[in-house]
Amino acid sequence: MRRLVALAALALGPVLLLGVFFVLPVSGMVSRGFWVDGRLDVGGVLDVLTRPRVLRVAWFTVWSSTVATVVAVLLGMPAAHALHRLALPGRRVVRAALLVPFVLPTVVVGVAFRQLLGESGPLGFLGLDGTPVAIVAGLVFFNVAVVIRAVGAAWESLDPRPGEAAAALGAAPWQVFLTVTLPALRPAIVSAASVVFLFCATAFGVVLTLGGVRHATVETEIYLLTTTLFDLRAAAALSLVQLVVVVVLLVVAARLRATPDASTARTAPRPRRPRRRDVPVLLATTLLLGLVALPIVTLVAGSLHVDGAWSLENYRRLTTPGEDQALLVPVTTALVTSLRTAVDATWMALLMGLAVALLVTRRSRTRAERRVRGALDLFFMLPLGVSAVTIGFGFLISLDRPPLDLRDSPMLVPIAQALVALPLVVRTIAPVLGGIDDKQRQAAASLGASPWRASLTVDLPVVWKPLLAASGFAFAASLGEFGATAFLARDERPTVPVVIFRLLGHPGEHNYGMALAASVVLAVATAVVVLAVERLRVPSLGAV
Amino acid sequence: MKTVRARALTSTATAALLLAVTGCSTMGGESASEPSSPSTSADGEPTGKVVLVTHSSFSLPKGLVRDFESETGLDLETRSAGDGGTLTAKLSLTKDDPTGDVAFGVDNTFASRPLDEGVFASYAAELPDGAEQYALEGEDRLTPVDVGHVCVNVDTTWFEREGIEPPQTLDDLAAPTYEGLFVTSGASTSSPGMAFLLSTIAEYGEDGWQDYWADLLANGAKVVDGWEDAYYGDFTQGGGGGERPIVLSYDSSPAFTVKGGRSTTAALLDTCFRQVEYAGVLEGAANPAGAEAVVDWLLSDEVQAALPTSMYVFPVSDAVEVPEDWARHAEQPADPYEVDPGEIAANREQWLTEWTDVISR
Repeated sequence: MRRLVALAALALGPVLLLGVFFVLPVSGMVSRGFWVDGRLDVGGVLDVLTRPRVLRVAWFTVWSSTVATVVAVLLGMPAAHALHRLALPGRRVVRAALLVPFVLPTVVVGVAFRQLLGESGPLGFLGLDGTPVAIVAGLVFFNVAVVIRAVGAAWESLDPRPGEAAAALGAAPWQVFLTVTLPALRPAIVSAASVVFLFCATAFGVVLTLGGVRHATVETEIYLLTTTLFDLRAAAALSLVQLVVVVVLLVVAARLRATPDASTARTAPRPRRPRRRDVPVLLATTLLLGLVALPIVTLVAGSLHVDGAWSLENYRRLTTPGEDQALLVPVTTALVTSLRTAVDATWMALLMGLAVALLVTRRSRTRAERRVRGALDLFFMLPLGVSAVTIGFGFLISLDRPPLDLRDSPMLVPIAQALVALPLVVRTIAPVLGGIDDKQRQAAASLGASPWRASLTVDLPVVWKPLLAASGFAFAASLGEFGATAFLARDERPTVPVVIFRLLGHPGEHNYGMALAASVVLAVATAVVVLAVERLRVPSLGAV
Repeated sequence: MKTVRARALTSTATAALLLAVTGCSTMGGESASEPSSPSTSADGEPTGKVVLVTHSSFSLPKGLVRDFESETGLDLETRSAGDGGTLTAKLSLTKDDPTGDVAFGVDNTFASRPLDEGVFASYAAELPDGAEQYALEGEDRLTPVDVGHVCVNVDTTWFEREGIEPPQTLDDLAAPTYEGLFVTSGASTSSPGMAFLLSTIAEYGEDGWQDYWADLLANGAKVVDGWEDAYYGDFTQGGGGGERPIVLSYDSSPAFTVKGGRSTTAALLDTCFRQVEYAGVLEGAANPAGAEAVVDWLLSDEVQAALPTSMYVFPVSDAVEVPEDWARHAEQPADPYEVDPGEIAANREQWLTEWTDVISR
């Protein structure tokens, strides 16, 4: 009984928050589609689902996201190992830099990609511009960091002894990897893959910019139906399709993720020096880094070019409101707003994420308890899988009355960003928490420690690193968030992505140059903050 | 062990405290916005807070806003998000409980729907000279504020260099001379793209435009997502290293590519579609008197004169002068294409579906 009360107490905050800021808006928007002239019209919604275009769009979304997820996992695994287990020089900087794609505005990256792949670009001969291949490449570019970070964090806290034992018994390195390491990492890999899939399936800007207008996904279609055609019924139908697909995916992922045995070590092993047999892994990592760096280098080069010559002019202009006062506030002011908002979003996401992760990883005593935990786990992933358009408009129609008269509150922005970051936090921490042997907590309890003390002594040291990794994630996700922020941010306090979008929306060469420079500044700021955060450590763990 | 744990806690707490003290947060120092108390002062002038709902391209000099506030005693709050389509959807969705008092930015391609839904209240503003021609016939709920034209633009330097005559008409774009040179944004994903589709519908008729688009695509026209992609990514004068010298943009765009006193681009005035943006008082506004004052202000000489530099559109008023660069380089078409808003609303879905089919072939 006490366990259930504790469970409910821990769940209350996050569930309430998600209820108000997710369930209410989405159900409000979807029900607008179902109720036509005050009458419930289920048949009409179902009819939409038989339109050939809807089926085509749904199918394209599923397959492009699946391919992108598989590619991201395959490319991300070697890099996760190299950057988290090997003592490579500068690996911290590289790890932080890998988060940069996360915050880059899709329009800017899209243009950079197209300068590479386009008709006159260095990779133009491949003829990929506007093809599904370009879309998948873009999705991988944006999401590979999720795999590297989430899997890397788990790899780092993996107990190395079983692997060493296997090797001592004569297993070849690949046998150790397949029979010992991979099964232990499975929860983290599945976690990361499901997050990547959700990001891909709801990607908006990348698909439009790189795929041209021929390749619609469920997300772009919902936007078109809602804003241009105002066909709320069709939009509701597609939102439901999204929800169903996401739930099915998450249920499957939860099955695959089921934690095998305790695999987390209390103290993380020191990263070891690279050996000769690490060469393939290092090569794969270099290749990946090169691919991720290419569009970024194009972008940086573009920002340093003014009228055909190298110049810092674009950066100097960032303190001004732009050509012909294109901006209400200079980019520098927007950067301060962005950072402050991101700090708020990060602590909210961490606090909620930690509660949820604790909630869903504790061993259940009864089947009912396990069901409840499983359902909660799934519930908190949903915001990633539902269209930002649906949620944004939902805010407007459902949070407009006391006691929830919130639609003009300045706190909406960090809250919305925290909701986006929440699944990232949970999926980074939960696999590690799930790998802790419950006997350790029981031992602490039998020695007289309160549940709090037990958590502090057993869980905190182990979860510290993934927690930092997660905070970097949350921070970057918040800094780069555009969809919800653009919808909710106050005019006098725009964030950097909103300002960049504004710059790009106006003709004038300087505005374009400034947009590139602002993207670079945002990227650098993100990398620096993430790097600083990761240096924080629990004193008892010593330096790593 | 205890001290170590305590230290860990202390350091976390210190970090949290530091964040709070150094103001690395949006919280604190934040004056909650006061509840609006719309009222009319003793002399019948509107007072209190007035909220303007608009799209993200809205922008006016801060000085103008301050002058307006001090002259009227109103407190103007602007809420902008998304493009014209997003704004229109937002207004329709919240018509029973509007998010503001007055809206600006619904254009003639979107006007019909919110009018049918009863989003706007009547307000017969006094129009400045020249504005009457842009008003919707027999409609006092929407007031025209600015006008712009979506036109095909060409890179004149490119055509000079190549020794080719630039195109003039929509027909030319499908001619072999201009094969592979044109880039446009999509009708389903961008508002200028939609305007261009409407141009072709106005020119070739309800049953002829599909063939024109097929010819256009067969001639190597490229369709991209948004105006930004087309202009910066593919246009030779966009600064993004593009390859195509013909792009869909605006009549005002040539004023932004002036080098050495001469514009490097030109708008093709026979390819233009007229976009008029309107303002209107919202039905159920908390401060209707303030909302009417905002509409009047948008029509004032000061705001009308600021429109070109702030929002890249032409004023509807004849009483104000446009900036020098505009006067010299941005010419307005005399006889642009137009399609009735009601007809657009009735056919938009059909046209977009057919258009998508044509370009996906």
